[in-house]
Amino acid sequence: MPALLSIGTFRRGRSSRYPTKGCDVLLSESAEVLAIDARGLVKVFGNNRAVDGVDLRVPAGMVYGVLGPNGAGKTTTIRLLATLLTLDGGSASVFGHDVTTEADAVRGRVSLTGQFASVDEDLSGTENLVLLARLLGFSRSAAAARAAELLAAFDLTEAAGRQVKTFSGGMRRRIDIAASIVVTPDLIFLDEPTTGLDPRSRNQVWDIIRALVGAGTTVLLTTQYLDEADKLADRIAVIDRGTVIAEGTPSELKASVGAGTLRVRVQDPRRRARAGEVLAGALGGRVEPDPDPSAVLVRLPAEIQADQAASRATAALADLAAAGVPIADFALGQPSLDEVFMALTGHPAEDGSDPEKGPAKKSPAKNSPEKEDAA
Amino acid sequence: MTELLKSESRTASTGTIDQGNLLAALAGRERPPRPSALSTSLTFGWRAMLKIKHVPEQLFDVTMFPIMFTLIFTYLFGGALGGSPSEYLQFLLPGILVQTVVMITMYTGITLNVDIEKGIFDRVRSLPIWRPSALVGALIGDAIRYTIACAVVVALGLILGFRPDGGAVGVVTGVLLVLLFCFSLSWVWTFLGLLLRSQQSVMGVSMMVLFPLTFASSVFVSPSTMPGWLQAFVNINPITHLVNAARGLMQDEPAGSDVLKVLIACAVLVLVFAPLTMHRYNASK
Repeated sequence: MPALLSIGTFRRGRSSRYPTKGCDVLLSESAEVLAIDARGLVKVFGNNRAVDGVDLRVPAGMVYGVLGPNGAGKTTTIRLLATLLTLDGGSASVFGHDVTTEADAVRGRVSLTGQFASVDEDLSGTENLVLLARLLGFSRSAAAARAAELLAAFDLTEAAGRQVKTFSGGMRRRIDIAASIVVTPDLIFLDEPTTGLDPRSRNQVWDIIRALVGAGTTVLLTTQYLDEADKLADRIAVIDRGTVIAEGTPSELKASVGAGTLRVRVQDPRRRARAGEVLAGALGGRVEPDPDPSAVLVRLPAEIQADQAASRATAALADLAAAGVPIADFALGQPSLDEVFMALTGHPAEDGSDPEKGPAKKSPAKNSPEKEDAA
Repeated sequence: MTELLKSESRTASTGTIDQGNLLAALAGRERPPRPSALSTSLTFGWRAMLKIKHVPEQLFDVTMFPIMFTLIFTYLFGGALGGSPSEYLQFLLPGILVQTVVMITMYTGITLNVDIEKGIFDRVRSLPIWRPSALVGALIGDAIRYTIACAVVVALGLILGFRPDGGAVGVVTGVLLVLLFCFSLSWVWTFLGLLLRSQQSVMGVSMMVLFPLTFASSVFVSPSTMPGWLQAFVNINPITHLVNAARGLMQDEPAGSDVLKVLIACAVLVLVFAPLTMHRYNASK
């Protein structure tokens, strides 16, 4: 697990520290060409450095999550990699093809599903797919057959003849993705594919993403939903204000802010204070406020490794029993990526668009080693 | 609406994506040979036709607008400007044809701007195809709209008593020249459509350019009735030459020098604005 060591050791404005040891080890093991190799990407719009030195190494065949709040530079990064924008600095290659000098070769390998509907709302589902198939060089009959096959696979056959503007949000997103895989690409960019979807539609999109990876397509997924990146992505890059501020597997990122929390509900609320003392003492952590009058929430300190968290918690619960405090239930929570984000940036994911606000008052980063780096 | 709700609930009832179908559909990885520039341009032209099929209201501007203009100017001003409406119509019709079709060209820029705003062009631009084909295809589609507008004006004119001395050949050549000019002019609007932020601003700028150009020309009256400073402008206005050329061709009068000037104007418009448009398209937002 060499990659673990590198997590959280680089920060904004110090890209020289970026290729992490762990990452390099991982790459040298797989001799294959990287799906994406981006170094120091810069894109400036007027005074706004929308992308300011982004580095990404995406091995082929995985789901790679790019996580960040609105305005962090996720979409701009994708548009640079998909050859829709020209670089103002840095370099990038997709499967070894340079995005600037070999744009057409890149376009032949990738596909893009934007945040907004990138199909024609006035046309029907079938017409949109036939249109794209024809543009990709399919004959008339092959285009029609491919459109029908995709519509069936995406559960859209019944809506095939309807104008896309009558589609529901989930159907719209599915036709968008279907339009991206008329020829199954080697790399697909999905820009916030589940934003605004209901849970059922979101699950369908997740199924599609898993199938895409199963079929050998590399997926680069941007999202501002931390749980989505956690569930789908093999590796995650956290972007804030145009820069990658952390990179690693979801569990590495979570480990970087400590082992999580232990939450215990005592049978008698009057014993809550006592329970807090015992647990905090046993774990060496601190008690955090919990709205439930009978619950105690203890944050595990960063020294406790993720794989020791369960045994340490068990021991702490035994101490509690020995102290004669009966409990109703308990839960050991892994840290959420929300907490990761807070620890890395000093502000919650939600207010990323407002950097003037400064660090939020309650910062779980207090105990984590990134604190000095992020401040 | 009820139909929509019904099929919505049908979709809801199935709910899941069949992984087997999905994996089979994802197996299609081989890419057919790259299509030719002509083929992709025509495919985009086909898209424009499909849009007319689905949104026939968009033909309103190429049908009602010309009818309105022709009727208003013939009957409102015909008596005052040309002695009688039917006499004036002989003079006006080629002019009103030019004016209506030239006015319609601005929708090219607006349509393009809407496409960009909705993100459709993102996908198109990430395809490995001849890049101008999306724009050329849209212009092919527009050429068909312009043709409809021309047909409407000429047909209405004939009903109202327009009797051109140039006969069918003269009228068709005149119309073709107008179409060529409008196709060339459209590149100005595609450039604006890519340059400006919203469709309102595209519309605003287009109107600001088109109104003076079409009115300060020989569309409605002979320039000899105008003050000298205005004549100076009118005589260098390409619309004037287009109107004079169309008039000459339709009425079987000599129009060689005007036709030549129009062809030069077309060449200049395309040579300047097509590269500007493509530059903007390649590097846009």
